[in-house]
Amino acid sequence: MSYPKNYRKLLVMVAYLAFVLVPIYWLVNMSLKSNREILGGLSLWPNDLTLDNYRVIFTDPTWYTSYLNSLSFVSMNMAISLAVALPAAYAFSRYRFLGDKHMFFWLLTNRMAPPAVFLLPFFQLYSSVGLFDTPIAVALAHCLFNVPLAVWILEGFMSSVPKEIDETAYIDGYSFPRFFFTIFVPMIRPGIGVTAFFCFMFSWVELLLARTLTSVDAKPIVAQMTRTVSASGIDWGVLAAAGVVALLPGIAVIYFVRNHVAKGFALGRV
Amino acid sequence: MSLVLEHIDLTVSGEKHISDACLSLEPGSFNVLLGHTLSGKTTLMRLMAGLDAPDRGRVLFGARDLTRVPVRKRNVSMVYQQFINYPSLRVFDNIASPLKLARVPRDEIKRRVEEIAAMLRIDHLLGRYPLELSGGQQQRTAMARALVKDADLVLFDEPLVNLDYKLREELRLEMRKLFRSRNTIAVYATTEPSEALALGDTTTLLHQGRILQSGPSDAVYHRPASAEAASLFGEPPINLLEVTITGSELRIGRTAFPLPGPLGSLGDGDYRLGIRPSHLSLTPLHDDDLEFCVEVGVAEISGSETFLHVASNDLELVLHLGGIHDFPVDSAIRVYAPSTKLFVFDAPGELVRAPSLAA
Repeated sequence: MSYPKNYRKLLVMVAYLAFVLVPIYWLVNMSLKSNREILGGLSLWPNDLTLDNYRVIFTDPTWYTSYLNSLSFVSMNMAISLAVALPAAYAFSRYRFLGDKHMFFWLLTNRMAPPAVFLLPFFQLYSSVGLFDTPIAVALAHCLFNVPLAVWILEGFMSSVPKEIDETAYIDGYSFPRFFFTIFVPMIRPGIGVTAFFCFMFSWVELLLARTLTSVDAKPIVAQMTRTVSASGIDWGVLAAAGVVALLPGIAVIYFVRNHVAKGFALGRV
Repeated sequence: MSLVLEHIDLTVSGEKHISDACLSLEPGSFNVLLGHTLSGKTTLMRLMAGLDAPDRGRVLFGARDLTRVPVRKRNVSMVYQQFINYPSLRVFDNIASPLKLARVPRDEIKRRVEEIAAMLRIDHLLGRYPLELSGGQQQRTAMARALVKDADLVLFDEPLVNLDYKLREELRLEMRKLFRSRNTIAVYATTEPSEALALGDTTTLLHQGRILQSGPSDAVYHRPASAEAASLFGEPPINLLEVTITGSELRIGRTAFPLPGPLGSLGDGDYRLGIRPSHLSLTPLHDDDLEFCVEVGVAEISGSETFLHVASNDLELVLHLGGIHDFPVDSAIRVYAPSTKLFVFDAPGELVRAPSLAA
């Protein structure tokens, strides 16, 4: 009599998915409705299906450039974080030096402060050196939070590679850069994937710094979405469509690193 | 050219890992480093390779001082206890990597890799990745990589420990063959005395970071310089008994024996008697055998041989007997030690007398 048991299991699963997906369904639902229908009353699916909202997103420059701005500082941040964290994590994992343990912990304490603490110094600094309202400004600001995390995650992955591999490579005659890029980096590829994912996750959703350090030219999508109030009220449909589009990069990234993240969790560093 | 270590010292965070090591290794020789875990075998090999630099002393290769030459500039190779390969490269590229870095022409690389792979019988696996191989195959890959370049010095750090028994026997035989025609200095670290005897042209005994003795394996086995060396080089270790000789009497604890003939030349004093477990027997062979009345502790029977642990009030002995001998615990038996096979060390432990091989 396994049928009722399976049936119950299935029911739990369906209920779980329904609860999880309802907000997302509602978002998609809204993005395909007109404003009048959204405000008109409850409808479980679009009665009057329209793609107008999406048309606005992809044709209005203030919308689509804000996506590009976000993507550009997020990818810059991922690149910078990895470029800085790879050598740092290697040093922490392979060498003993004065204060290494303290420094490793100190790196993490950067993440203990709320981003708002750094708002004023960043704003003032970037304004005075002319970085204000550029994607690189946001990318650099996010490094303060992402580099420590990246070092922390990568160190875990690197320490699981036996030191003898490094030595064997030197014995074989590899130069350090050649060993690092042809032997070592491929071995910790899952770690790099996980790190990139976490950098993305923080940088893509972070609102406060991204909004404060930009005004017009480099305005990110999260900031743009908070500025849709016009004289005629809030444009619900366009806002919902913007939300749907903003989910897409996250879905893409999750798809690529889905197998590695589990490994990252297993290493206890994420 | 021979590799010479001159008075090497290494202290790591206040602890002496190697003290005053002097060693000379000849080209074309297979040298075994024998010692317990933590005796400094790996450390000594790392110093030979140049992975670590000594605090004091010199490493010479021929006339060249290599002490401060980094490992990359030396022509060495090393095989570790763990199976160390490059997981991102196929077996072929793993083996070829030292040659590629030395800018050997492509077709010669191919020829040499295939040759060494055939010797180690992994030629059918060249297209695979190391992690797709069994442990033995992975270790063969590591060995192939170490052997493919004509290194002046090849170091093996307990390479067979993590393999199962049969593979170990098989690879051990091959190792000897691989080196027969080479002019390389091979160094092989192990904890097993039998490997030293089976493989080593020379054996170096290491204990707590000190070299106890070094020389041709047979000579070291048959003439251990000290009681420590003798107990290190033998499995189970040699039985050591505290004895006192006065006149024509040999006294072990409270039991007195007539002094056996071969020990007649020794003067009065305290000595340590060494008896190899395999020399003890349950039946007397000669008239002047030492006869011990003992009680059986444990009989470990492993296949066709028996390790018998016996004790009396004065002494404890281990016997290595051929065949199966099962004794009930606490049964009283007599054990005989042939007087011609006795090692005698003085009270501090230096060798005084070794049995002659003819006897």
